[in-house]
Amino acid sequence: MFALNIVFTGSGVIEVQETWRKPSVGIGVARRREGIKDKLRFMKSNYFLYLLIAPAFLLTIIFKYVPMYGVIIAFKDFSYSKGILGSEFVGFKHFAEFLNSPNFEVIFMNTLKLSAYGLLLGFPIPIILALMLNQLRKAAAKKNIQLILYAPNFISVVVIVGMLFVFLSPTGPINKIVTLMAGHPITFMSDPEYFRAIYILSGIWQTAGWSSIIFVAALAAVDPELHHAANIDGANLLQRIWHIDLPALKPVMAILFILSAGGIMAIGHEKAFLMQTALNIPTSEIIATYVYKVGLKSGDYSYSAAIGLFNSIINIILLVLVNSVVKKLNEGDGLY
Amino acid sequence: MNIKPTRLDRAVLAINLCLLVLAVLVVIIPLIYVVIASFMEPTALLNKGISLNLADYSVQGYKLILGNEAMLRGFVNAVYYSVAFTAVTVIVSLFAGYPLAVDKFVGKTFFMTLFIITMFFGGGLIPTFLVVKELGMLNTPWAIILPAAINVWNIILARTFFKGIPKELSEAAKVDGASELRIFLGIVLPLSKPIIFVLALYAFVGQWNSYFDAMIYLEDQKLYPLQLVLRSILIQNQVDPSMITDRTAMAEMKRLSEMIKYASIVISSLPLLVMYPFFQKYFEKGVMVGSLK
Repeated sequence: MFALNIVFTGSGVIEVQETWRKPSVGIGVARRREGIKDKLRFMKSNYFLYLLIAPAFLLTIIFKYVPMYGVIIAFKDFSYSKGILGSEFVGFKHFAEFLNSPNFEVIFMNTLKLSAYGLLLGFPIPIILALMLNQLRKAAAKKNIQLILYAPNFISVVVIVGMLFVFLSPTGPINKIVTLMAGHPITFMSDPEYFRAIYILSGIWQTAGWSSIIFVAALAAVDPELHHAANIDGANLLQRIWHIDLPALKPVMAILFILSAGGIMAIGHEKAFLMQTALNIPTSEIIATYVYKVGLKSGDYSYSAAIGLFNSIINIILLVLVNSVVKKLNEGDGLY
Repeated sequence: MNIKPTRLDRAVLAINLCLLVLAVLVVIIPLIYVVIASFMEPTALLNKGISLNLADYSVQGYKLILGNEAMLRGFVNAVYYSVAFTAVTVIVSLFAGYPLAVDKFVGKTFFMTLFIITMFFGGGLIPTFLVVKELGMLNTPWAIILPAAINVWNIILARTFFKGIPKELSEAAKVDGASELRIFLGIVLPLSKPIIFVLALYAFVGQWNSYFDAMIYLEDQKLYPLQLVLRSILIQNQVDPSMITDRTAMAEMKRLSEMIKYASIVISSLPLLVMYPFFQKYFEKGVMVGSLK
């Protein structure tokens, strides 16, 4: 009992003295050491969590980071026999070649135009659609209309483009109407003039309904009391939509606009590639389809990788730029 | 207490309804046209357009499509790839999402940064292709399943969902002496059916409808999924030689090619279009969870 007492008081005294003497830096070090110990202890007792994340980690390294490393072939004259490291370093040769090629301006502008027109035309439509759907008071009607408007989203891009080819063929149904009105059919799919319009309008047809979901949900969160109050103040329906519903969509609009504007040069190859015909190339050749053709069809890996890298760098710059613009407009609320 | 619409409001609502009906017609008329055209004799369709005369209708297009070996094989392959891809990507995403949702998980920032960087920057088409080639996965189903299986968006979705599960549940189990493995398999996963469903639906539909990976990674036509077979029929206008038995059949084939196209559009799109209304709730949920981040 006595001994116990001594130990008790003794350790107490020592502790007090220690804290007293040691400057705060020392405590920090001790704490950090404790922290590392804690972390190791956590990792040891929860190794199972690391097993869980391992597959995703490995797949990311193999299929995302190794290709990022492989991007250095853009600065080399890659040949199979020499491998990535052994191939000759040529610096910015391939970039210069692309920038100076007569194709560059055409392809760059095609990509930009296709994407920018698509964004300008396509962005407002889901918002308008959502505002319109929001005015439907009968739940069943609303649900059925949504069901139909969302459906094209589930049709594959191959089938969509296939439908375009049969509908727009010189003997197809659309040209029947065109012939009646203009006297002769139009070769829509092989005319560079129509490529962008067809691409963008069919895209709107397919995705506008589906893209409205998020706006419909944002509108459902608007407090009905706001509408009642505005009504009492004498605001009519259009005024209420303009001053209550539309502002409620602003944050979602900002984020989606950043994402789409940031991705304006990242337009996918899948649909454009399928819609390409030998004759509409002057407008349908975009960076993504060009990368595919040069790289995988002609086997010019380095040149193609350089174009791809050029494109991703533009994408990152765009994303940062657009984000800072929206941040300013949105009083500090950007994407990141 | 409802807002009483003024006369102007009522006019606006009426116009609104008309425009929505118009939008519905714009969406649905092409689809209905395809279905009707798939049953019509091409010559009749060409000369008369859609007719009401029963003599102009036939199921010849469907007979040819359903008897086409490439089409059937494509269908089987598509089911195989979609199911395998869905299983792999859902498992990988769930497994990765769970540790990232654990508050004290050491290395959370490291892993998150590692994943998120890939959303903004990637090696691109050619370097990825070269990796797949080096791994000897060209012309095997692995090339379709593995590279696309890692999807950061899905990992974030799973993490967000796991974070929403009350911690008391797993803590109570821990007090009872359950291991992490048991907590994950016995408590967390059974509660995660909604997110599993959402992830699986998106993965399945995405894989079912995709053609590009298959086009660049697969050479053997026997491995082609449905969308690639469709591409050759619909866009490249190629008729499978196995459909043609003799000269007259070839002429017949040419004559029926429009019909075959319409029929193959219907057959390939039908499964998803019929299924989707039943799962609409989950698809919409996917959009919503995704937007929360």
